[in-house]
Amino acid sequence: MTRLKEWFSSGRSTGKHTMPFVVILLAITFLASAANLYLPEDSALYVSTYTITLLGKYLCYAMLALAVDIIWGYCGILSLGHGAFFALGGYAMGMYLMRQIGDRGVYGHPTLPDFMVFLDWQELPWFWLGMDQFWFAMIMAVLVPGLLAFVFGWLAFRSRVTGVYLSIMTQALTYALLLAFFRNEMGFGGNNGLTDFKEIVGFDLQADSTRVSLFMITAFLLAIVFVISQRILSSRFGKVVLAIRDAESRSRFIGYRTDRYKVWLFVYSAVIAGIAGALYVPQVGIINPGEFSPINSIEMVIWVAVGGRGTLIGAVIGAILVNYAKTRFTAILPDAWLFALGAMFVFVTLYLPKGLMGIYAQLMAKRKTAKPQKSEESQA
Amino acid sequence: MRHLIALCCCLFGLLSLPAFSAESPISKELLTELVDTKLSKLQPVVAKIEATSGEDALPLFNTLLAGKLYYVRATKDVVGQYTLDGDKRYQDVFTSQDVNGLDKPSFGSKEVKKIRVNNKLRVYLRKAIAGIQLTSKSPAVREDAVHALLAKLDKNTVEIIEELYPKEANKKVKEAMGLALALNVANDKAATVSSRLKAIETLSGSLENSVRNHLTKLTNDDNASVVKAANGALEKIAQRANRFAFIDQLFFGLSLGSVLLLASIGLAITFGVMGVINMAHGEMIMLGAYTTYVVQLLMPNHIDYSIWVAIPAAFMVSGLMGVLIERLVISRLHGRPLETLLATFGISLILQQLVRTIFSPLNRQVSTPSWMSGSWEINPVLSLTLNRLYILAFALLVFIILVAILRKTSLGLNVRAVSQNRNMAKAMGVKTHRVDAMTFGLGSGIAGVAGVALSQLTNVGPNLGQAYIIDSFMVVVFGGVGNLLGTLVAAFSLGIATKFLEPTTGAVLAAIIVLVFIILFIQKRPKGLFPQKGRAAE
Repeated sequence: MTRLKEWFSSGRSTGKHTMPFVVILLAITFLASAANLYLPEDSALYVSTYTITLLGKYLCYAMLALAVDIIWGYCGILSLGHGAFFALGGYAMGMYLMRQIGDRGVYGHPTLPDFMVFLDWQELPWFWLGMDQFWFAMIMAVLVPGLLAFVFGWLAFRSRVTGVYLSIMTQALTYALLLAFFRNEMGFGGNNGLTDFKEIVGFDLQADSTRVSLFMITAFLLAIVFVISQRILSSRFGKVVLAIRDAESRSRFIGYRTDRYKVWLFVYSAVIAGIAGALYVPQVGIINPGEFSPINSIEMVIWVAVGGRGTLIGAVIGAILVNYAKTRFTAILPDAWLFALGAMFVFVTLYLPKGLMGIYAQLMAKRKTAKPQKSEESQA
Repeated sequence: MRHLIALCCCLFGLLSLPAFSAESPISKELLTELVDTKLSKLQPVVAKIEATSGEDALPLFNTLLAGKLYYVRATKDVVGQYTLDGDKRYQDVFTSQDVNGLDKPSFGSKEVKKIRVNNKLRVYLRKAIAGIQLTSKSPAVREDAVHALLAKLDKNTVEIIEELYPKEANKKVKEAMGLALALNVANDKAATVSSRLKAIETLSGSLENSVRNHLTKLTNDDNASVVKAANGALEKIAQRANRFAFIDQLFFGLSLGSVLLLASIGLAITFGVMGVINMAHGEMIMLGAYTTYVVQLLMPNHIDYSIWVAIPAAFMVSGLMGVLIERLVISRLHGRPLETLLATFGISLILQQLVRTIFSPLNRQVSTPSWMSGSWEINPVLSLTLNRLYILAFALLVFIILVAILRKTSLGLNVRAVSQNRNMAKAMGVKTHRVDAMTFGLGSGIAGVAGVALSQLTNVGPNLGQAYIIDSFMVVVFGGVGNLLGTLVAAFSLGIATKFLEPTTGAVLAAIIVLVFIILFIQKRPKGLFPQKGRAAE
């Protein structure tokens, strides 16, 4: 057990939240799932399936925020195009789910999805082949974002495109993909995207049990990704990444191939975003080109900024809090949400550069100075 | 005082309108004769009117030809019938003003009588109209008349043209007349083959649609050499038309380039020269466009001049907003570009939502001044829309002014000093904070002016700015940051490239290709087309 604890909390200060985080996350997941499945609907503690799906959605966002934080918080690369990787992962899952509909579509064609029949296509485009296999689609959900990130990152980091330029480039990338996916000729359902899914690996997507399972899988994967990311970032590789963030030229002069570190971190981050997208689509039941829109990508950045960049736990908390606020706001005052979001951007960057985790750290530091003996005890 | 007098004049003008009755350019006796004469004997009367009144009789003849000429039984006044909202009403033939006044009921069908025409008279009228127009004093009228006749040449009109051709002094009119005559000869099967071939040769220089139609008909002619010549002429015409189509495409490319230039030139100042990234730049454009809308709302009767008010107003609104943003947010984030990006993005969201709340999320209608609408027709296949032409000129003008400000004024000197070495400039006594605010205000103000121009081309809505922000960043980065001339070159080359790609790939794919090209280009040359020379390491 101690070894396990050590493993979880390796990397000293940065890893100290890992164990409690994983425990709390999984505990909440189990409790919420059990409350949905085993409690009667009129019970006070019953958690509705709607809430479960909502929580699952938040966890997908949390994973996405983790991906953004890994490169922004730890390596100083501000990507305004992570929505693209998220959406690509989502589209891979969407294509699988689309093939699973089979002949139950409106037009009842055995292989072609409805929108292709509607466009009068005769056969499946080559990139839809194999997508009826779950494993293949999942490989694609990871591979396609990863490959795109590799090509983009390899080109960008090798020619030392940094800072604001890189941000604008990533935004242009997701914008180009947005325009491309809006086209019907692309074969991804155009404007409407992919929707009307029926089942996933044989389970009905509308069933409570499927929804709860998806939620639990998301939570597990988030925990795993969290732990792995923590391990990577506190390893030697992670130290170099931090060095690149703080002084890239110096790291380069010392002899590190900074571009390679950045490329691999970028690919890793994109893969996580892809996984998050793949988990997101079956839970919300639709994927459309809107996910590529630059504003989505920039919203992810604010989740991380609110939570506190450079801390994985901050990204997760930020994503959940901001999205909870969004859900509440859009229900009560739909017009006010953009005001609130905009104000959040300005306020956080001006007054909370380290986000909520920064406040937390400040509070902890104050307590430490107030009670010096006690903190010595706990350290011992 | 002057306004008051103008107002009085307007009022008097309004009051006197209903009572207004124009002195008819044709004498009352002749018109009475026209009314009294029987149909069979009408032609000499028409001839008399033609002889005495000439060009003034055109509206009368046209109305008569259209069968819309009536007379009032009681007064024997000649009136023209027209329909308004399904009602038959009557107007003065010459002034086109309703004879009864629009607020009063019109004549009943028993009170007026139609002046009838027969085919013989119609033929005569057409010839008379053509004759009057062809002998008009204005060359433009004469030219239009010849062009109108090209499609329906007959013996009578050819006779008139033949008669007038040697006397014609205007080159353009003479050319058109020559064309008409050549057309006649080419179609004339009785003429000698050599003269027909020569006529076709003349025709091959024309781009008129009717000429092309006639030539296409001639390719089915009995005479083989005529067919061959007609085919050759058609090919020649097609080549010329293609050349003009190319120019047309180029113009559209330049037009898009001017839009890109306008959208990105403010950014070239704030991002390029100052190095401050402003994601709310698009919203500055949007504010300018909305200012145009508001100005038009405030002066609904002077749309034609409203743009001259809107340009400075938009500059002030966007410029002040820019100064405000700089003072409140950007100056506090100095040296932290990524945070500046996020904060200004937040501002852009707030501004968008603000506009949405104040003006509704729907697009607003901004009307084009009359002097900007319409098009400049160079020849039958090439016509350039005036508003695009004006905006192209306007974009270049703004660019030149901006370059002049940066090169020739003390503000420009300070801006360059601060952007090159902030601390040194400060040490030399430049008030850097003031310069920052002024520069940002200038860049934002220019964006507002761009908004005025864009409101003439696209829909004015809350998302107007968002549509341009990525494009403008691409232009600035592609051209080379800190280089205004680079921005100019980049804007026009991207505009032209997009428009030349569009016919083959479609609009969306063209935009994607250009975007991907820039992304790849920046990877290859991170400093853009025209990199700034300097010794900074990074």
